Amino acid sequence: MKELIDKIGLPRFIIILFLIFLMALAIYLNIPISDLITDILVRFGMNSILVLAMVPGIQAGIGINFNLPLGIIFGLIGALVSIEFKLSGFTGFFVSILIAVPLAAIAGYFYGKMLNNVKGQEMTVGNYIGYSVVSFMCIFWLLAPFRSPELIWAYGGSGLRVTVSLESSMAHVLNNFLAFKIGNVTIPTGLLLFFALFAFLVWLYSQSNNGLSMKVAGSNEKFALSNGIDVNRQRIKGTVISTVLAAIGIIVYSQSFGFLQLYNAPLYSAMPAAAAILIGGASLKRATIVHVLVGTVLFQSLLVVALPVINVIAEGSMSEVIRIIVSNGIILYALTREGGQTA
Amino acid sequence: MIVPIIFLIICIVGSFFTGLPFSFLFDEMVIRLARNLVLVASLILPVITGLGLNFAITLGAMAGQIALIIITNYSIGGTTGFFLSLLISTPFAIIFGYLVGRVLNKAKGKEMITSMVLGFFANGIYQLIFLLLCGTIIPVRNESLLLSSGVGIINTIDLANIKYSLDSLLPVTKYPIATLLVSLLVFIFLHFILKTKLGQDMRAVGHDMEIARVSGINVDRTRIISVIISTVLAAWGQIIFLQNIGTMNTYGSHEQVGLFAVASLLVGGATIEKASWKEALIGTFLFHLLFVISPLAGQNLLGNAQIGEYFRVFVAYGVIGLALVLHAWEKNKARTKLSDVKE
Repeated sequence: MKELIDKIGLPRFIIILFLIFLMALAIYLNIPISDLITDILVRFGMNSILVLAMVPGIQAGIGINFNLPLGIIFGLIGALVSIEFKLSGFTGFFVSILIAVPLAAIAGYFYGKMLNNVKGQEMTVGNYIGYSVVSFMCIFWLLAPFRSPELIWAYGGSGLRVTVSLESSMAHVLNNFLAFKIGNVTIPTGLLLFFALFAFLVWLYSQSNNGLSMKVAGSNEKFALSNGIDVNRQRIKGTVISTVLAAIGIIVYSQSFGFLQLYNAPLYSAMPAAAAILIGGASLKRATIVHVLVGTVLFQSLLVVALPVINVIAEGSMSEVIRIIVSNGIILYALTREGGQTA
Repeated sequence: MIVPIIFLIICIVGSFFTGLPFSFLFDEMVIRLARNLVLVASLILPVITGLGLNFAITLGAMAGQIALIIITNYSIGGTTGFFLSLLISTPFAIIFGYLVGRVLNKAKGKEMITSMVLGFFANGIYQLIFLLLCGTIIPVRNESLLLSSGVGIINTIDLANIKYSLDSLLPVTKYPIATLLVSLLVFIFLHFILKTKLGQDMRAVGHDMEIARVSGINVDRTRIISVIISTVLAAWGQIIFLQNIGTMNTYGSHEQVGLFAVASLLVGGATIEKASWKEALIGTFLFHLLFVISPLAGQNLLGNAQIGEYFRVFVAYGVIGLALVLHAWEKNKARTKLSDVKE
């Protein structure tokens, strides 16, 4: 028993036990399992690219990228512009990404440059830069010169809506692409394939020469320097990739969710992504695609299964409370580990 | 000294556009200083002890609110109620402070981000207790405190019983003289602590943990004591704050405490390593002046009060972000210089 716990890690062990307990309760309470599995698949696909965005950051040595909102903002801008030009379906989706990626890359570059000047404090700094960006963008959303009636308030009020419906533009384009049913379980093929593509690209990069240099720079700065690796450059690369993935991630998230959430919505967006990858077994120094897969599946399953089960046996707000405790608990656990130990 | 001067200029220009009479601003500022100074002062010791900005004063605020819920449960009001709540909050705050100190000792070098996540995590536990366990496992006597379902504490608690119980304790003028006196006492207490052996130890630990350890100071213990005092002051500060406001948002009043107190201290010109009563006083004054004038200035300058609202949130986050960046930047520069000399 002890070996098993050591092998999979105490936090994961507890979460798996809790999940099994909830699953058993769900079966006992006659909650349709096929619905739960459908939900888990969708939420996995929705969130996985945002979680994936954590990988290059950790590999390059900037730790958890708490500044995910930076990339997210540009993803939102991309989507808004594509709606403004009345694009819909896959055109709208890909145009959003095309607009968002270069913007996010530029912002990520400058953010990476800044992080090189604050080594050791990347996470605290990143967190507050993220908050500042989000609150600054609140003013931008109010003043932004968008005209489409989809985007602005129908009457009174100025600026963009708090949530923009994507129903008439790109809602569910990935989810519905090649979707099929097994029994009552719907498989969102497009969504999962899209994640697989990016997971493969990130994996491929981390196996390449460039990616290896980045990992070396992240894990041991002195060793990297002695091998002639430009550590600062590698850190910037990691930051740029992470920011770009965040931008793409939020577009994928929004098309699945059906809404764009503006204003304060991106404020805490880094927390669930950080929690997921840490639950998957990543540490502040080491992260792989496997951690993304395991972590996102576990974390999202927990949220999906907890909601209906707890609605039956206790107050509805309980599942929200569980989310707060689990996600912050795991981040706290990782922060208090020595150096590179796994959470 | 550049930060407070910039803010002073912004405030002067801004107040010119609000067209508010000076007497109104003066009254407003006296009240705001009285209700916020203790909270801001609670941050000073951890800064001196080298823990950086203690965002975990949120836990202190929770201790204060727990005490307020208890006295409301027993319908104890007036001055008795107020002082009783101070008394009840203290043991809670000491325990919380001890736990926070223990956790932060395990996360040396990452104290600020850890204290922040710790605040979020504690918020989850707080919600678990007051939203789900009160009325079920924890008996609540006063039924008006419970939600209509009989489980969980209501969202807004009316503190009419203890409203102004400290502010109008010495009814000489319309100003809250007693509260200002209490703030003064807290500042004198902090000044006194720093003169003792313990205070000297705190400075030594804050300056360099290794050197402090070699010279026989129990570093971990000193850091824990510093956090405990900070948490207790935050608990009292939150009670003082809420007795002035008169209503308590059970699940929200504590959330922004860390943010606003930290921003106030930094606006006053404090850094991650240096803070005193002067910065606390100047900062609280300037930050809250900005708070009062920005919505009106936004309204008059740009025709939208919402912009001012967002602007002040942006300032709160932005000033923290900027202070963190500048500080880490300088520290990094210093480090490079030292290594250059060695080579």
